[in-house]
Amino acid sequence: MTSLTDSVATALHLIFSLDSGLLSIVTRSLGVSALASALACLLGVPLGAWLGVARFAGRTGLLTVLNTLLAVPSVVVGLVVYLLLSRSGPLGYLGWLFSLKAMVLAQTILVAPVVIALTRQVVDDAQVEHGEQLQSLGARTLFRGLLLAWDERHALMTVILASFGRAVSEVGAVMIVGGNVDGFTRVMTTAIALETSKGDLPLALGLGMVLLLVVWLLNALIALLRQVGGRGDDVVSAAKAPGYAG
Amino acid sequence: MQGDASPASPQALVALNHAGVWFASGRRVPVLDDVTLRIGRGERVALIGSNGSGKSTLLRVLHGLLPLREGQMVRAQALRQAMVFQHPHMLRMSVLHNFALGLWLGGMPWAQSKGRAVAALQGFGLGELLNRQANKLSGGQQQQVALARAYALEPSMLLLDEPTSSLDPHAKREVEALVQNIAVQQPSMTLVFASHNLGQVKRLATRVVYLEQGRVLADLPAGEFFEGPLLQRDYPHAHLFIKGELG
Repeated sequence: MTSLTDSVATALHLIFSLDSGLLSIVTRSLGVSALASALACLLGVPLGAWLGVARFAGRTGLLTVLNTLLAVPSVVVGLVVYLLLSRSGPLGYLGWLFSLKAMVLAQTILVAPVVIALTRQVVDDAQVEHGEQLQSLGARTLFRGLLLAWDERHALMTVILASFGRAVSEVGAVMIVGGNVDGFTRVMTTAIALETSKGDLPLALGLGMVLLLVVWLLNALIALLRQVGGRGDDVVSAAKAPGYAG
Repeated sequence: MQGDASPASPQALVALNHAGVWFASGRRVPVLDDVTLRIGRGERVALIGSNGSGKSTLLRVLHGLLPLREGQMVRAQALRQAMVFQHPHMLRMSVLHNFALGLWLGGMPWAQSKGRAVAALQGFGLGELLNRQANKLSGGQQQQVALARAYALEPSMLLLDEPTSSLDPHAKREVEALVQNIAVQQPSMTLVFASHNLGQVKRLATRVVYLEQGRVLADLPAGEFFEGPLLQRDYPHAHLFIKGELG
């Protein structure tokens, strides 16, 4: 018990004294996951939007594969990316293995199915409501999807934040392709795993608290966006429409 | 209807020949069955029938939103169409932008679309709605905006799918007045609308098409449909429907 309270006290000291080792791991971790999420969204939002409105033979099969990819363990993604980037792999010439680029690639691959699947669901629901109207006005498939995605931007912000949450909290993929090299590819999750196995509980606990704080902040932000998204509509209409009849 | 329909006459805008649509969910479920119909310029055609009779499907086929499974549809060259749905579904943006988007999608430059939208909304007495968020308007107001937008597209054929069925009586009257206004302003424009409201059909239509289970069972001028002896004698199902004993 004493060991635990001591560890917590030391962890808090590390956090509040802005320990450089801890800070470098946290900023690296957030940077890699933010970049991976941004890339996944750049690819996933348009693709998910298109999948939400397009109707073609084999769509159901494709959606089943996509939904399966949602549950792929991160270590499997890490293994596949490792094989791709290893010296004898098809992308070995890039020389990315055990680098931040490899970690970004792995997290992008891990998170993209989440973005595509959730965007597809959001746009598909919107398509039921607005799709025919837009189609009748002449909006073609991809543009219709993007327009509906824009219309559902508050819901999509949740998707983007959820994808970041998935990226920042995974450990398997970045451990395999990044190698957990101190000062280079060590991120919060891999550091926690390593420090725990070494018995350095204060640093592991400190990083764990920061990770929890990040996840909590993300959830708070999602809740806030939902609230502002819903209330924003009312604010706009109330401000501009004093005689609104309902 | 019997015989083949063709838009050979310069006045005909669209013609369906033995048109069929069905949904395949285990077994073939026809929603339009052997429909032969020809619609001319300037006609005011009401599609009536009970729920599931194929009115909305027929409108979607005419507008090109649903492909035919059998038969054929022939359209006049340079036919411009616009459709207004039962629920207008405005996007989460201002009325002005919703309106201009429709015109822009129709091929008009954005700046011109906005100018045209302002002029059209003001022309229909909807100018005060310009900067309101469209999806927060009342159902009647949204439907009025949708109608004005469809009209601004300058269609030669305007399709309305039960445009007043989900509105309260006051909004119903306002939307119907707007439809009448459009019909007066553009007498050469063809109007095809589905409705359950027989009073509205009497007020707006010059021709009535009665559908049942995807088939056209009666197609008569509005006067004959509602008042002549023909309906009772030759179209007993349609007669029972308007007496309220069917559907």
